[in-house]
Amino acid sequence: MSDGLKALRGSAAIAGVATFGCGEAHGFSEMELLARSAHAAVADAGLKMSDIDGLCTASVGSTMWPMPVIEYLGIRPSFIDGTMVGGSSFIAHLLPAMHALQSGQCNAVLVCYGSTQRTAAFGRREIAQARRWMDPQPYENPYEPFNPPSAYALAASRHMHLYGTTRRDLAEVAVAARQWAQRNPEAFMRDPLSIDDVLNARMVSDPLSVRDCCLVTDGGGAYVLVRADRAKHLAKKPVYVLGNGTACWNRQISSMPDITVTAATESGRQAYAMAGMSAKDMDVVELYDAFTINTLLFLEDLGFCAKGEAGAFVQNGGIAPGGHLPVNTNGGGLSCVHPGMYGIFTLIEAVRQLRGEGGERQVSGAQVALAHGNGGTLSSQSTAIFGTADTL
Amino acid sequence: MQDKNTGVLAQHQAALAEGKFLIQQCNDCGQHIYFPREVCPHCGSDAVQFASPSGQGTVYAVTTVRRKPADGGDYNVSLVDLDEGPRLMSRVDNLKPDAVKIGQRVSARVVVADGKGVVVFDAVGGAA
Repeated sequence: MSDGLKALRGSAAIAGVATFGCGEAHGFSEMELLARSAHAAVADAGLKMSDIDGLCTASVGSTMWPMPVIEYLGIRPSFIDGTMVGGSSFIAHLLPAMHALQSGQCNAVLVCYGSTQRTAAFGRREIAQARRWMDPQPYENPYEPFNPPSAYALAASRHMHLYGTTRRDLAEVAVAARQWAQRNPEAFMRDPLSIDDVLNARMVSDPLSVRDCCLVTDGGGAYVLVRADRAKHLAKKPVYVLGNGTACWNRQISSMPDITVTAATESGRQAYAMAGMSAKDMDVVELYDAFTINTLLFLEDLGFCAKGEAGAFVQNGGIAPGGHLPVNTNGGGLSCVHPGMYGIFTLIEAVRQLRGEGGERQVSGAQVALAHGNGGTLSSQSTAIFGTADTL
Repeated sequence: MQDKNTGVLAQHQAALAEGKFLIQQCNDCGQHIYFPREVCPHCGSDAVQFASPSGQGTVYAVTTVRRKPADGGDYNVSLVDLDEGPRLMSRVDNLKPDAVKIGQRVSARVVVADGKGVVVFDAVGGAA
């Protein structure tokens, strides 16, 4: 870890966050969900859209997405980051934005996303077909993995084989997420969910059932990042960025060196080093749970338990409300929202927790939060650590 | 061994279409490579050449993709570790999907249809 990166610790803060249209947003386009979220996040920060001079955004469908976003919002950013590494992108956007703020390249960065994956007329099936041409994987496509679920199912099969992890352990993750979602009015699925409900649900790609898989929803999310000195004088309690790291080792699940060890080991190491912290310092943890196995892998890879022990870690409501570690307090991608790419929502929930805006799901006294994004099929990983003013 | 006038993807697919399964080996670091690449992912060398694998391997990870019977029913997708080292996605063809287990020894076979070759595996020996 370079001294330069350590010097960036706490140099920027999240000044505004917002979501819009989470769940079903009939009659909206992706850009409209993004724009409503962006406008609300800028207002949350006490700023005007004309104050925004940095933009980070990414889209599953559009390869030149920053341009139409800039055009739509009517901004003239001097810093543009369209890095697209899947669902982790909006966490990975943090560190380049911090560099840009610190150098004076820009003064207020808007990071924003919107997706109508649930209600769009141009559906998932068509997009999956188009992606075969736009993102070819000629050594996986012939075997017709039902991706993304099959890739994560393969990882789960190996974890179960090596460590004795069970489908019941995976179900604990889904049930914990649902119990948190029941405390979050914004969450899409809030009906009761039992371990048996998960175990008896329709199988998708063994060992994963449909209840081991994230939701498919609409939704937009946005946040505004400014230098720490400015954040102190804005509308909301600043949430400081203490660390961020991003790592990617492969695209295809078949190219992953060990499918039970993700690049989160490296992104987490970088983020912890920058923050000068470790897993034991985290009060609340938001992990990209596209599938139940993700939560287990990231709990291990980010140091909350040893490799192979996440099954035991989540048993008996270990990460549910009242458990020993609050994980995915909004209900996660499994029960709250998952519009194509979920990463930005981990960050937004971390910020809301550190502001004390969690309502019924608020983790009492939370000072430090971890948000972790995953992209592709366990391909890219980005970890961020946030703290209140007391942690600087 | 390797024609430098076309890309390795086309060369590899042409061999597959003739029923031949090839992997690569790096002349500099000696490691085997799959899927085929122009540059060795282990050491960065461009001295890569095609090699014939033994075809023997072991199932590393496994899933049964659920599909309606009307659409063809459930099917296996596996990751297989070749004895030479590289891992690839494939399927085990001669077992029921739910009978494919991690650790199963398998042997490669190329299925050619519509002018394209696909590497699949058959279980060999006893169950895993």
